Amino acid sequence: MLSTIATVLMTLIGLSLFYVLYLTIKGRPVERRMVFLYIGLGVMLPLMMKIAPPLPITSDVQKLCDYIEKLEPDSKVLCAFDFDPPSAPELQPMAVAFVKYAFKHNLKMIIMGLWPQGPQQAQLAITTALKDSTVASHSHVEGVDWVNLGFQSGNEFVIQSMGSTFKSMFPRDTRLIPYDSIPLMKNVVNFSNVDFVMNFGAGKPGTIEWVQLGVDRFKAKLGAGNTAVQATEVYPYLRSGQLVGLLGGMSGAAEFEKVLNEKGKASTFLLAQMFGHAMVMAFVIIGNVAYFVLARKQKNSATNA
Amino acid sequence: MGPIGIWIAALLTLGIYSFLYKDNPVYKTCEAIFVGVSAGYWGVVYYFDNIYKKFWLEAVVPEDKNLMLYGGAILGVLFLTRLFGKISWISRWPLAFIVGATAGLYMMTYFVSNAMNQVASTIMDAIARGGDGSIDWTQTFGTFVILVGVVTGLIYFFFSKEHKGAFGSAARVGIWFLMVTFGASFGYTVMSRMSLLIGRMDFLLGDWLRIIN
Repeated sequence: MLSTIATVLMTLIGLSLFYVLYLTIKGRPVERRMVFLYIGLGVMLPLMMKIAPPLPITSDVQKLCDYIEKLEPDSKVLCAFDFDPPSAPELQPMAVAFVKYAFKHNLKMIIMGLWPQGPQQAQLAITTALKDSTVASHSHVEGVDWVNLGFQSGNEFVIQSMGSTFKSMFPRDTRLIPYDSIPLMKNVVNFSNVDFVMNFGAGKPGTIEWVQLGVDRFKAKLGAGNTAVQATEVYPYLRSGQLVGLLGGMSGAAEFEKVLNEKGKASTFLLAQMFGHAMVMAFVIIGNVAYFVLARKQKNSATNA
Repeated sequence: MGPIGIWIAALLTLGIYSFLYKDNPVYKTCEAIFVGVSAGYWGVVYYFDNIYKKFWLEAVVPEDKNLMLYGGAILGVLFLTRLFGKISWISRWPLAFIVGATAGLYMMTYFVSNAMNQVASTIMDAIARGGDGSIDWTQTFGTFVILVGVVTGLIYFFFSKEHKGAFGSAARVGIWFLMVTFGASFGYTVMSRMSLLIGRMDFLLGDWLRIIN
């Protein structure tokens, strides 16, 4: 019922854009608050609609998933959570999908963060993943199946030092248990003892620093999930082979969920993003019409004067 | 998050969005709360993860103290001399250490990762072939576009020769490539900002109003 109402309202809003265009051509453009309202409704109503938009899988996401799927059970994965709550709508769904997959396939996660809130976001992802019925059916023990080493300040210098020993940067985990007493960290000295590094990054320090030091210096295999803002900066590293694969923004997160068969928030957000983008494009066109109408008006008034 | 937390978060979200109508005292209050809470949160995290967990538990409490950490601690304390007028110049020492170390690290990492490896990835076979040996036209076209983009982009930033004739035409193609890059980057930025709005809407409609699952 709610979905039907939202669909009807969304259709009416879409049609009303033609009226906004008509008003603009007549020289009466709508004020900016109306644009905010349209964008707000364009994002809000699709969240109530039960329509699954088409989602083709890009090669960047497929490559990452292929690599992850090849990891053997008990492989050690270093997960760097370099983001904070403002970037969570894009990155948290990726993180949850990855953590669920890791639990289900018995990948051992060593979690850390170069951003203060990163390890907290990791803890949220773990809490969400443990509520999944399939994950919950197996017992997962902190310190054995995953460990949260916490935050360490120092940006790229942390990665540099981890190249020698992880322990030098993270002498204890978030529970204050010493590094040597954590079963999962037994025989883990540096990057040569982890099978894969997965970075969820929203800026600096983030994926670029991991590529420069983790990959190019210490020869780690790196996959990344980035906010859309950062994705354009990171794409060159993907083509050059410095990155195994890349998840770019919300669409990357939704594709990741689809390939790993871990349906989550990103899949439900995608329709809202699609309509939001359509709304932005509509107002770009209307804005350009307003610009030319105004320019013609000014030209006419100058000629008449 | 409990019900009280959800209500506080929802009201603060609406308070921040009230700026879209116009600047108002509610927005200013929410903004001040955000700044204060962020500063407090960062302070606690830095204290717990660095001063307590890293320094106190490794360099002060145990028998086999990690003496290396005292060097960092002393440099950190020297930063605070900035607060005292007569000896504030001492704070330049740790700053000099950071600038020097960062410059040294960046010199190598940027040269290897952003120069050498990126140049190497641009130099590839003009004709790309698939696994069965047939020509991969999409990849081949991509290689051609990258080659033209790199060369014309470099020409645009070459200012020792006047941008005239064939050289000027190539520089103009370079500008088009730059414009397309900026457009793609802006498009991704819009996508990212839209995601933030979606995240907040999901919170308001789901966690707070419970209209959606």
